[in-house]
Amino acid sequence: MRKLRTFWFRYRRNVAAVFGATILVLVLLLALFGPMLYPVDPFDMVGRPFSPPFGRYPLGTDVAGRDILAGIVHGARVSLLIGVLASLAATVVGVAFGAVAGYYGGRIDDLLMRTTEFFLTIPSFVLAVVLVAIFQPNVVTVTVAIAVVSWPSVARLARGEFIAHREREYVQGCRAIGMPDWEIILLQIMPNALPPIIVVSSLMVATAILTESGLSFLGLGDPNLVSWGYMIGVARTVLRTAWWMAAIPGAMILLTVLAINLVGEGLNDALNPRLRKR
Amino acid sequence: MTKTTALFVGRRLLQVIPVVLAIAALNFLLLQMAPGDAADILSGQMGHASVEFTEQLRREFGLDKPLYQQFFIYMGKLLVFDLGVSHLQQTPVIDLIVDRLPATLILMVSSIAIAVVVGIALGVAAARRQGTVADGLISISALIVYATPAFWLGLMLIVLFSIVFDVLPSGGMMQIGAGLTGIDHALDVARHLILPATTLGLFYVAIYARLMRASMLEVYSLEFIMTARAKGLSESTIAWTHALRNALLPVVTLIGVQIGHLLGGSILVETVFGWPGLGRLVFDALLQRDLNLLLGILFVSSIVVVIANLIVDLLYGLLDPRIVHK
Repeated sequence: MRKLRTFWFRYRRNVAAVFGATILVLVLLLALFGPMLYPVDPFDMVGRPFSPPFGRYPLGTDVAGRDILAGIVHGARVSLLIGVLASLAATVVGVAFGAVAGYYGGRIDDLLMRTTEFFLTIPSFVLAVVLVAIFQPNVVTVTVAIAVVSWPSVARLARGEFIAHREREYVQGCRAIGMPDWEIILLQIMPNALPPIIVVSSLMVATAILTESGLSFLGLGDPNLVSWGYMIGVARTVLRTAWWMAAIPGAMILLTVLAINLVGEGLNDALNPRLRKR
Repeated sequence: MTKTTALFVGRRLLQVIPVVLAIAALNFLLLQMAPGDAADILSGQMGHASVEFTEQLRREFGLDKPLYQQFFIYMGKLLVFDLGVSHLQQTPVIDLIVDRLPATLILMVSSIAIAVVVGIALGVAAARRQGTVADGLISISALIVYATPAFWLGLMLIVLFSIVFDVLPSGGMMQIGAGLTGIDHALDVARHLILPATTLGLFYVAIYARLMRASMLEVYSLEFIMTARAKGLSESTIAWTHALRNALLPVVTLIGVQIGHLLGGSILVETVFGWPGLGRLVFDALLQRDLNLLLGILFVSSIVVVIANLIVDLLYGLLDPRIVHK
């Protein structure tokens, strides 16, 4: 509890981070309760196509007469869900790789890190496109594809943390009393290694949302769900007559990603106060 | 070239081999994971192919052989850049890619140039005015650009510069049917390049500006800067000759790391601007469900990244002799 209060005290000092957190909470609320408060099916043709915003429909209608506000509300769910799930998956895999490589070192470390570097070499977006195209686009494949291209950076970071901790006195003490390796890794080192990892994986949510929007812009999104990237892709062909149709969902992506980045930096300052002074 | 430098270059070249083999193996794995093989796809296109005919195709393609044999055949083909035939365009995949690669490289190089020049200039400017309004504005703009999806930024730039002000072309690489040659042709391509290169480059401008600012501030706290000030050198001499050279190394490292990312970004930006590069090819391949072509693009673009990393590493070794002797 006291830890939490210190954390909040440090976090609050960063105005930008508080601003980001506010926007992020609003987007979260939109994703959670929006579809209930504004119960319009985003795939329904509700009226004449190309109605401008602030008329009968708050944000207008798209090329097929679908309500843009309904799309924004439902798209928030897709963006956040895929962003968070992909980052979580990437964090779990990355930490597992990094922890084992960093703790054991030697041959295992070599093998795991060569694999990690290999994945860093392959153009990540191209790989994600190929993966989604092979396995047919849906929420699961898109999430997995984003996770597959995101875990290496976490693995590198986790490895560094575990290397820094493995020779410390408390770890040597644990070994001396015969504690099994998995317990040292999971229960002893992990809590100490976690703060920088939390920061990186929260920033990864932002990148994942950008990647998802790019994939669905190319038509590689779940065909049964409306996402912001898909909305921009649809509006692209009518840029000359209805620029706002593409502008609105893009502005939502920008706002959400910006908010997550600000929160991530705030977390960094609050969780790793020593880093900030450097 | 000294002996150590030769050793460094040689070792770095040898490191490329296992990476290329791994990329090829990944491609084979992805091909195996895809539902249906080339024989299924071809006979599907014919509409009325019998089971016997599909089996015959499978034998022709060697798809009835054991997996490990197929693997070696596949690797052997990749070694000579035989990436198979694009199912729909009936053209060797490698020809399609080689045709489009130059346009992508032009776009990437121009974007990097914009990112490096503008990013460094802004970063240095911000660091010299630390804590002022200008510094704040640069930092905030960098944060916003960093959060903007590049393909959307491209669309908005089209709205602004091609539709509202009508000063720049909204797509393509050259004016169709103008028949321009020589310098006029180059100028025409350059005009078409402005928007896509800016779109792709701005994201990196944001990154380099932030990194450069941090890097400059760190160098500013070092003693040799104080010495330079004590000698009475002007602030701009200190910034541009003393501090910049030392603050530049992290930026060079980052360029190498980000080439793969840049290539991915160019897929989206090329799609927005109809720029006839690899990105456009990816989009077409997706529309036509042309897996051979997609995998070929993944293979070639990975190789491009490997080669680009190699070049950056070698350059880095020349810039900073400490690395060669490590």
